[in-house]
Amino acid sequence: MAKDSSPSPASLFEGYQTGGFYCELTNRGGQADPAIDLVLQRLSRMTTRDLRERAHAAEIELYNLGITFTVYTERTAIDRILPFDLIPRVIAHAEWQRLERGIRQRVAALNLFLWDIYHDQKALADGVIPRDLVLGNPNFRQEMIGFDPPCGTYVHIAGTDVVRDETGNFLVLEDNVRTPSGVSYVIENRRMMRRVMPDLIDDLDLAPVEEYGMALRRILGEVAPEGINDPEIVLLSPGTYNSAYFEHVFLAREMGATLVEGRDLVVSDDRVFMRTIAGLKPVHTIYRRIDDAFLDPEAFRPDSMLGVPGLFRAYRAGNVTLANAVGTGVADDKAVYAYVPRLIRYYLGEDPVLDTIETHICAEPEALAYTLDNIENLVVKPVGESGGYGMIIGPHATPAEREAFREKLRNDPSNYISQPVLKLSTTPILCGDTISPRHVDLRPFTLTGESSWTLPGALSRVAIRAGSLVVNSSQGGGSKDTWVMAS
Amino acid sequence: MTPADGRFAVTPLLSRYAENMVWLARYMERIENLARLIDVNETFVRLRTVVNGWRCIIDINTDAENYLARHAEIEGAEVASFYILERDNPNSILSMALAARENARALRPLIPMEMWTQLNVFTNFIRSLTSSDISANQISLLCARIKEACQTHAGITEGTLYRDQAWLFHQIGKHLERGDQVTRLIDIKYQALLPNPEAIGTEIDLSQWTAVLRSAAGYHAFRRLVPNDISPAAVIGFLLKSRGFPRSLATSLRQAHHAAHLLRSDYRLRGAGRVLERIENLQAVLNGITTDEIIITGLHEFLDGIQGELAAAHNVLAEVFWPAA
Repeated sequence: MAKDSSPSPASLFEGYQTGGFYCELTNRGGQADPAIDLVLQRLSRMTTRDLRERAHAAEIELYNLGITFTVYTERTAIDRILPFDLIPRVIAHAEWQRLERGIRQRVAALNLFLWDIYHDQKALADGVIPRDLVLGNPNFRQEMIGFDPPCGTYVHIAGTDVVRDETGNFLVLEDNVRTPSGVSYVIENRRMMRRVMPDLIDDLDLAPVEEYGMALRRILGEVAPEGINDPEIVLLSPGTYNSAYFEHVFLAREMGATLVEGRDLVVSDDRVFMRTIAGLKPVHTIYRRIDDAFLDPEAFRPDSMLGVPGLFRAYRAGNVTLANAVGTGVADDKAVYAYVPRLIRYYLGEDPVLDTIETHICAEPEALAYTLDNIENLVVKPVGESGGYGMIIGPHATPAEREAFREKLRNDPSNYISQPVLKLSTTPILCGDTISPRHVDLRPFTLTGESSWTLPGALSRVAIRAGSLVVNSSQGGGSKDTWVMAS
Repeated sequence: MTPADGRFAVTPLLSRYAENMVWLARYMERIENLARLIDVNETFVRLRTVVNGWRCIIDINTDAENYLARHAEIEGAEVASFYILERDNPNSILSMALAARENARALRPLIPMEMWTQLNVFTNFIRSLTSSDISANQISLLCARIKEACQTHAGITEGTLYRDQAWLFHQIGKHLERGDQVTRLIDIKYQALLPNPEAIGTEIDLSQWTAVLRSAAGYHAFRRLVPNDISPAAVIGFLLKSRGFPRSLATSLRQAHHAAHLLRSDYRLRGAGRVLERIENLQAVLNGITTDEIIITGLHEFLDGIQGELAAAHNVLAEVFWPAA
């Protein structure tokens, strides 16, 4: 019977080249870590065939469990699994501590910023951030002015995107503070790894990720309207046709909360109720996975079929809490991003723990000129979008594409920012019969009620194509389990 | 009392979930029974004991118009395709499996993972079928496999679904559907012999009644209870009125009644009273007439009437528990 050719099997990573990029596993620029070394050693002893077989088993299981994205066509629903890679992404304990501190600092500053802009607007008066950028922002919600959310918390759930550059330094890429998704994959990926890679996990001191649901429920309870002792918490989903529906199900289950759709809720006398078989039951905290614009056809988009008429009135009356608050989108705007270090200093009197990426705000004439002249070296992104939509990666674009984008920029400069192209770190993935490097990012999740807590784990999203910098799942990216070392 | 003492608060059940539960159970039960009907029809055709071949199954499901819109003639492979594979037929096993799965998808926050996984795997299996899987020699095997998947659903549900209101709605849906389907199974026999009343009591007639009993998994029980008779009245009586046979109309009504009763008594849902009333009316109708009387006054009309009453019971359930907003 044919076996793998060499008598003493070659290392799994033989021939693996990271091409000068920082590699999360094999090329850490001399920052040795015993846990990461151990994982590398154990992996090296495996064969690609073994890995492939395990990957196949995992895929079948994910498919059967319905841990899938659903792509609907006119006649049928196609379920796709989020591509899952079995080689874990490991983060050393000390690295994580610093990351956690930096992310919580940002979330704290953003919550104070949101309170400020919806109340006294001191940062605007003090010139810390341009008035127009905030008040003219399409995600700034006039309707929120003067409203006091419980605990002063606007951003209950944050999914901060972080990347590493070629030196191994962590940089914040985006603050996702509207309805960030992906946490279900963090927990499901871990469960899957425990089943298919138990020999890799043995004896490692991994921080657990399973308590996320309970923590989420706790903070949603903390921010329930005043005077409610045993709040009814629900998760509001756009419904089974939403591509993130699996995650909504997952979180509702983990929290022990009811998953509702807009049609299950009704507002009466500025109070929110759900339709049950025993009649209307009051609801106190809503973890909503619907954008601001679709929440309430009376207050926002009148054509929304997903929302609940009167919901915003009930919210303003303080009878129900929405998580995240309405109007947080101004805080994760890509132009506001450039000011976050200043906001941290202004509100907290501290230096930022984590670096950000040099950002040119195209609304400013100099930055626009610079961007137009250097587009072949820049990433240009629309300020209010997420999910990797509407952006251009200059060096990967054709001259024609760049010219077309320049035209868009000139027509609507304030809709764009530009940043240098980062040399994102890479991580090895199993790709057919070989191990090859792919760029990777990191999305930890931070929960805030009375205080903040960061899940010691994260979504590591990998680009599927070699050399690609786009990791978004909506653009075909995959994920892998992220191991945060507890010691 | 605390959870540690085994006492847990009742969690509210969304109206939408109750509706999905009933439909999930109904679709799975309907799929199982359709597989049984296809199987028995195939047996009839194979035995050449049938007057109008594959036409009966189309007639008892009142699908003639729908079928003839798509198919030129009534022929085995095409009828099997119509009832198993065709997405354009809302009553095909494929369409119903997808509908069951959509209901289950909406219920995922509520039902155990094992229930969902089995349904997901089952639906993917049905979706993978092609016309070569339903060639004449394989229909019976395929029906057996489909039946078994539905029974697996019932078993996993019984073994894993938490016993609260959601379970009771699943039970009501299942038994209303099963009651409806047993009347259709009897009807297929009636339709098979329709143009040929002289055949009643002949050998062909008996072998058909045997096939009906077998398809309902009731043959051996019937033999044990009625060792020396297989008269139409005895078989019909068994299928409609037996208190012990799990697929009889009487058993289905009793089970549905029991579940609705628990909704009222254990969960204080007073509206369940209206459902109980409808089921009790049906039970009174069934108990107030002998099988011979049913046959004399018109079996088909009686079965039609029962189907109408079962639909009415479903409608009352909907009005009470998931009223239109």
